[in-house]
Amino acid sequence: MKKHKDQCGRKTEKIFSNICVMPSLIGVLIFFLIPFGIVVYYSMINNPVMHEFVGIENYTKLFQTVAFKRAATNTATFSLISVPLAVILSLWLAVLLERNIPGKSIFRTFFLSPLMVPTASVVLVWQVLFHTHGTLNQIIEMFGGNSVDWMKSSHGQIIIIVMFLWKNMGYNMILFMSALAGIPRDIIEVAKLEGASGWYQFIHIKLRYLSPTILFVFILSLINSFKIFREVYLLTGDYPYDKMYMLQHFMNNTFNSLDYQKLSAAAVLFSLVMIVIIAILLTIENIFGKDVE
Amino acid sequence: MTLKKKEHLLNIIITVFACIAAIMFLMPTVLTLANSFMTSSEISANYGAMLENMTDDKKTFISENVNLKFLPDKVTFDQYKNVLLKNPDYLLKFWNSVILTVPITLFQMLLAILTSYGFSRYPNKFKSIVFFAYIILMIMPYQVTIVPNYLVLDKLGMIDTADPEKSWAIALKIQELLSATTRSRLAIILPAIFSPFSIFLLTKVMRRIPVSYVEAAKLDGASELQILTKIYTPLCKGAIVSITMLVFIDYWNMVEQPLVLMKDSYLHPLSVFLSQISTGDIGLAFAVGVVYMVPTILMFLYGEDHLIEGITYSGGIKG
Repeated sequence: MKKHKDQCGRKTEKIFSNICVMPSLIGVLIFFLIPFGIVVYYSMINNPVMHEFVGIENYTKLFQTVAFKRAATNTATFSLISVPLAVILSLWLAVLLERNIPGKSIFRTFFLSPLMVPTASVVLVWQVLFHTHGTLNQIIEMFGGNSVDWMKSSHGQIIIIVMFLWKNMGYNMILFMSALAGIPRDIIEVAKLEGASGWYQFIHIKLRYLSPTILFVFILSLINSFKIFREVYLLTGDYPYDKMYMLQHFMNNTFNSLDYQKLSAAAVLFSLVMIVIIAILLTIENIFGKDVE
Repeated sequence: MTLKKKEHLLNIIITVFACIAAIMFLMPTVLTLANSFMTSSEISANYGAMLENMTDDKKTFISENVNLKFLPDKVTFDQYKNVLLKNPDYLLKFWNSVILTVPITLFQMLLAILTSYGFSRYPNKFKSIVFFAYIILMIMPYQVTIVPNYLVLDKLGMIDTADPEKSWAIALKIQELLSATTRSRLAIILPAIFSPFSIFLLTKVMRRIPVSYVEAAKLDGASELQILTKIYTPLCKGAIVSITMLVFIDYWNMVEQPLVLMKDSYLHPLSVFLSQISTGDIGLAFAVGVVYMVPTILMFLYGEDHLIEGITYSGGIKG
């Protein structure tokens, strides 16, 4: 009798947990998923007036567009360089700060300070730094080098990478620091007693425990690598120099020129790439993540 | 003994290195603060050349170089007087920011607590598919999600340019009920509330709560709702505070959404305005920036410890 009652309880609990997801799901369906279906449809018709089905024609057209190819290459290059760099550098910083150095908590606050400053004010500072007659060039000239027109050179991407790292490394580092603090002390102690070197400890013990956090920081950095566009946009406007022309610029501009077919095709393509990347990451997590817990 | 000395030396080197890195990270903050006490003429003398290519070429500037200057020649509060007292525009824009960001953050977090609870209890196939969709959605840059957002908001009559003929029937009702101002504000607030970023982070934390806690509460006769409000929410307090801060900061600095979805620039938040005066009236830009920084600094003072310890459970994508 009691068992039966228990199972009834289980059932309502399960239903309750499903209901909890519903409000959010309804909103997401209305504002994102269902209209995204319309976007997919738009990507396969010739124009919004005639609604003729053209298959993948919009996609082939997209691939012939020079601006799209350039934008896609730039965004891909940027993310491929900056995301791993953000993960590695912030992990390195976290390991460094793990030592007993004075004023640790002040350092943490300093590294988090980029989150506080309004984006537009920061952009102003970056403009001063990277201007043709700006601070960086003055320093270069002081040491006898040739000044570089940063915004209009092939080094343009460096500016974006610097802005990205500056803004996001602090929080990544905090995540790594709390993960490092969570590694059981006794395991490290045993390794030390058995004479394992610092490097060995790091590779074979810490890195294993950190692997879920590394994946997490990786995802977070990927999101932020797309969000840094806000800074890039404020710094460069609609049509920057070649090397700084990002996929988001392309989408903004096609949106403004009302070319919905091209825009839809680009949005669908982008989503497909993201689905593949996330699926790969989830598989990696399933393979490596389990043995730690 | 030599080993200890070596250790000590290494600590000093690392401290010095950390100091240099910290100064680099802190530099823009300090610079904004310091420059907000300069006179307008000093600022245009230092940064005027930056605007050279934007104004006509015949205009001459005091200096050809753009100088990064930390210490003002003369400390003055003129900028603040202008921003806070003389011109009501800035305070109005500040209020626009508040009225957009506060509801977004509040409702997104409330929804996140409920939804994450749903995701973390009794996992099933349906939930994991939805969660996967949320992860994808979360990664999308705004330039991708703006298209679906725009389509729906247009049909709902929330965007000023909406063609009434093409909108859904409900649009007329909405236009009857809500003023144009409310409609354009809701056009930004509504999609933002359903942004899945906070759900993703909070679900990961909630999934780590030991089942034994729930079992114990159940033995004491707690209902599901009580488990949510009395166990899950208090246990995740740190995470909730830190995610709230991240969400707030993100929307406090929004630029793209208002530019696309709000036709009436009178309603734009200060963040958009700030990004535009950066290129125009540069003399006030730093003071406005500092004023705009106040809410985030207050949040940091309250929640920094949570931010540092908050997502301690963090790990993996699925949690």
